[in-house]
Amino acid sequence: MNLIEQFRDGGLAHALCDAIAAACRPDRDYRLMEVCGGHTHVIARYSLEDLLPPQVRLVHGPGCPVCVLPAGRIDLAIGLALDRGVILCTYGDMMRVPGSHRATLTRARAAGADIRMVLSTLDALRIAHENPAREVVFLGIGFETTAPATAVALKVARSEALANFSVLNNHLLTAPALRAVLGEGDETTLDGLIAPGHVSTIIGTRLYDEFAERGQGVYVAGFEPLDLLEAVLLLIRQINDRAPRVDNGYSRALTAEGNPRALAAMAETMPERRGFEWRGLGILADSATQIGEDFAAFDAERRFDLCYEPVPDPKSCICADIVRGARRPEACKLFGTVCTPDDPIGPCMVSSEGACAAQWRFGRHRLAPTAGAVAA
Amino acid sequence: MSEPITSKRGNFAARSLDLEAGRVDMNHGGGGRAMAQLVAELFQAEFNNPFLAQGNDAALLPSAAGQLVMTTDAYVVSPLFFPGGDIGSLAVHGTINDIAMVGARPLYLSAAFVIEEGLPLADLARIVASMARASREAGVPVVTGDTKVVERGKADGLFITTTGVGTVPEGIIFSGDRIRSGDAILLSGSIGDHGVAIMSAREGLSFNAPIESDSAALHDLVTAMIAAVPEIRCLRDPTRGGLAATLNELATQSELGFVIEETAIPINPVVRGACEILGLDPLGIANEGKLIAFCPPEHAAMLLSVMQAHPLGRDAAIIGTAGQDPRNFVRLRTSLGTERVVDWLFGSQLPRIC
Repeated sequence: MNLIEQFRDGGLAHALCDAIAAACRPDRDYRLMEVCGGHTHVIARYSLEDLLPPQVRLVHGPGCPVCVLPAGRIDLAIGLALDRGVILCTYGDMMRVPGSHRATLTRARAAGADIRMVLSTLDALRIAHENPAREVVFLGIGFETTAPATAVALKVARSEALANFSVLNNHLLTAPALRAVLGEGDETTLDGLIAPGHVSTIIGTRLYDEFAERGQGVYVAGFEPLDLLEAVLLLIRQINDRAPRVDNGYSRALTAEGNPRALAAMAETMPERRGFEWRGLGILADSATQIGEDFAAFDAERRFDLCYEPVPDPKSCICADIVRGARRPEACKLFGTVCTPDDPIGPCMVSSEGACAAQWRFGRHRLAPTAGAVAA
Repeated sequence: MSEPITSKRGNFAARSLDLEAGRVDMNHGGGGRAMAQLVAELFQAEFNNPFLAQGNDAALLPSAAGQLVMTTDAYVVSPLFFPGGDIGSLAVHGTINDIAMVGARPLYLSAAFVIEEGLPLADLARIVASMARASREAGVPVVTGDTKVVERGKADGLFITTTGVGTVPEGIIFSGDRIRSGDAILLSGSIGDHGVAIMSAREGLSFNAPIESDSAALHDLVTAMIAAVPEIRCLRDPTRGGLAATLNELATQSELGFVIEETAIPINPVVRGACEILGLDPLGIANEGKLIAFCPPEHAAMLLSVMQAHPLGRDAAIIGTAGQDPRNFVRLRTSLGTERVVDWLFGSQLPRIC
């Protein structure tokens, strides 16, 4: 268990922060984006920004799959569960994400839908076996971290000729999101990227080379506070040296190649989808996956003839800007007033790893007492 | 209407209950012979005590000096059996603890069972035996009860509601609004064991070392604490919602703020590891055998040593301090020396995707 404590050592953290302060040039700022919601959560949980010099700005990125899933996709899932009578299996994160009209899977369940939280796709397969007379749909969500598990479920379902199982696929791809946030090459206001450790264990680090070639320093970081402070230090050094490259700071878990077996399973079952709408980022080309022809029988969209309807984001909600790193949560009029984790309006407040939820849960003591419900 | 648990064993049926292979059916709740047999052969046999043996609609109890304290709690747990306990022992411990937290001595319990048709009698017998054992060990008898059977699918196997009665001596008032700025916050032991034990049993997760629920009756520990430090301001057991919810509740009630130290909070390393894997905050996870205490700072060392001398408080620690805060925040000083808010849970904690 020292494996955890070692990465939370206060003395080492302060030594790293001293080194960061020494490395910062007084004449410039450093805007570093942590791409992943898991990183955002750790930064907030340890108040890491309080340890950094004022020149260093951490910008929250689009890496929370819950935050970037548009409301229309939630509507499809709710419709399946409520109107089509399927057993909908999903990860816990999805339960409170609002679709249109603030409908959620939690509310659909209260209204009689059969929605079951699972910890793995294998649980969804088991439920399908146990309920042969019912249609069981797994709501697939996440980046390349969770997609391989869905791929395996598809393969198992096909090999077992499981007639009552399908997947509502919303799996997203990391690289197109980064390209969308960073622009396609020219100008960007970001100086460096803290890349996500977990997803990189699957996709490897080579995928980030294109960003380094365009002048963006990349550091792939683990999920402990010291991982992130080290990422900040080494990115600042890269920036100062004008030598952008991809550093693997998570070598205890990942290699440049990633996980070829997982990637192969994804490639076999879920090819790229031509266009997919992301909340906040619009329709991004080749940014998600769809279930391949060989597995069409297990594609809930085809099996139930689903038609995606885009839904506008709630008025005044700036989640779209937040996932692009353009604005901070406290800039939103709704933050802490009508939008709180207990009654979220936008996805960044729903997901425990969303930037708004992280700021609200862990950082609101820093905000002025007059900020809406903060004073409650 | 509550029917008494009958005091007399009658010749209810030709054969006694099949506690090995039998199942609860609707007849066991119908008020007829089958129910009387269930009550006599199972409940009364296990809980056996003179008050229950009165066999009336209500138990006649001797009055006791002091202020009367009463509490009730419904126990809904899935699965019914988990490492370190079951719904029966939990229903005894939880209600005793609620009484103990106001400084009272628990005297009597009542128990109502809502049983789902089809529950194996063996499971029911095991739960009732465990409940009776917990009640005997705590010295708090179950003096009256009620049994209902509902159709299959209408209860999660078994629901138990226990009500407890106790007395508190005049002059002892433990309450959140008595907490004062500067008070020390003490915790009786490691947090999160119960919630993680339940979760591992429910989700079929296994960890390198077993995690057992901390379910326990705390009234003896409380008696020792009050004897040594009558100046205690407030006691609370951090059950659902964990330490985070309890401290937030008390911060609001006391109109103060609290600062707690991350490195001072005892957490079993296996629980910590499980929480890391599942993306859960141990501060928000349920406990069933822990308490937090507030006392004036000058008595904190004495209170700590008394708690540590008791088997249920051997890992006790001083974890923080109460102070002025108009926004009633609970703040955590992290292992890195930074501060963050410890919030209420929103909804229930859900394992994260990645």
